[in-house]
Amino acid sequence: MTAFNALMARELRLAIRLGGGAMMAVIFFLTVVTLIPFAVGPDLNLLARIGPALLWIGVLLSNLLALDRMFQADQEDGSLDLMLMAPLPMELSVVAKVIASWLTTGLPLTLSAPLFGMMLNMPPEALGAVVLTLLAGTPGLTCVGAIGAALTVALRRGGLLMAILVMPLMIPILIFGISATGAAITGPTPFMTPFLVLLGLSLGAFVLAPVAAAAAIRFGLE
Amino acid sequence: MGVFDFANPTRFMNFSARVLPWLWGLAALVLAVGLYMAFFTAPQDYQQGNTVRIMFIHVPAAWLAMFAYALIATSSIGTLVWRHPLADVSARAAAPIGAAFTFLALVTGSLWGKPMWGTWWEWDARLTSVLILFLMYLGLIALWRAFDDPGRGARIVAVLALVGAVNLPIIKFSVDWWNTLHQPASVFRFDGPTIHPTILWPLLVMALGATLLFVALHIAAMRNEVLRRRLRSMQARAARSTIAARAVA
Repeated sequence: MTAFNALMARELRLAIRLGGGAMMAVIFFLTVVTLIPFAVGPDLNLLARIGPALLWIGVLLSNLLALDRMFQADQEDGSLDLMLMAPLPMELSVVAKVIASWLTTGLPLTLSAPLFGMMLNMPPEALGAVVLTLLAGTPGLTCVGAIGAALTVALRRGGLLMAILVMPLMIPILIFGISATGAAITGPTPFMTPFLVLLGLSLGAFVLAPVAAAAAIRFGLE
Repeated sequence: MGVFDFANPTRFMNFSARVLPWLWGLAALVLAVGLYMAFFTAPQDYQQGNTVRIMFIHVPAAWLAMFAYALIATSSIGTLVWRHPLADVSARAAAPIGAAFTFLALVTGSLWGKPMWGTWWEWDARLTSVLILFLMYLGLIALWRAFDDPGRGARIVAVLALVGAVNLPIIKFSVDWWNTLHQPASVFRFDGPTIHPTILWPLLVMALGATLLFVALHIAAMRNEVLRRRLRSMQARAARSTIAARAVA
């Protein structure tokens, strides 16, 4: 487990010290939220109504942007080759990177969501619902994004392509995240059903992503 | 002689060259019969009038949209497990054809939706999941095109195709949960089809004809891909020998 911990500690240090990758996603999220009133008008009632959707889309896009270079930077400086040759299976290396990536982008994005939600005139219970569903859904988004990042690691310019590949796969998480949020705020439908499906999707992605991403990296670097 | 004998590209080329003309002929014949039945023997719907005839194109296209993805996923297993070049050729040849049939299903659905639902596009569950399927086809094709060496991209795209195959039922289920307007399945049901035989038979003939057309197109595209790869390796060899000749001179 020491190699696993060392890899995770390295990822966390890199995210915090180098280029401020962790904060960059949150700033991008703030920018997206700031742009929206210019597009739909400063009507507070409308913003409150579509607020959960805006926050979810904002988090999804910010997360995607941050994940683009998940393996690319390591591939450029050769550390990805070292990870492939290390005794630690590549699947576990991917798990370490996914956890570190979620801690440095998914979690800060989730924690900043209520603050931005207040700017969108969302009531407190809606803020709570969004944080809860994002907490359950962002790990899944990170896992699916990791697959996309691994698929495009061998390409010189994979950024846009990665987004195209990954976004259709994120639709189920978005659907159940939004329906759980809606059920918690206004609902007649029960909250637990979509929420449990959301948790299931995240857990399923956490199983599938390391296997698929590790396979894609192995094939890409041969 | 088993299925795996055709995995040899040369044998595949010989066999497919003999089979392909017959396939084209059979597809044209079945499609001609199906179209005749669709336009002349099938009655008008008592509510939908003549627009119901769109179904004879729409349903086979939608069926082939899913069939082509299943074929790509199966071929991808072949690429990953046996690393067989012909499996990759098969998946790569099926993708644009599958995308074309998916597009056809979307367009005919839209043309049908305008008189029936009163709108060109409705965010209904089935339409939306077919649109997502179309996006996934485009993603696969884009990823294939991004690799300059076809052999290198093969297994990476196979991983994406399998991830997509795992995800497609989940996407289908979530989108159904999200919104439903489209009519439920009416051909394959446990209690027998709910369509009247006068409409069901032309539909089945059209589905068979479209499938034959798909198989013919697929084999033709596979032949093209094999030839393209041979040409590529010949060009590489020619370039190498030119360089070698220059080095000697």
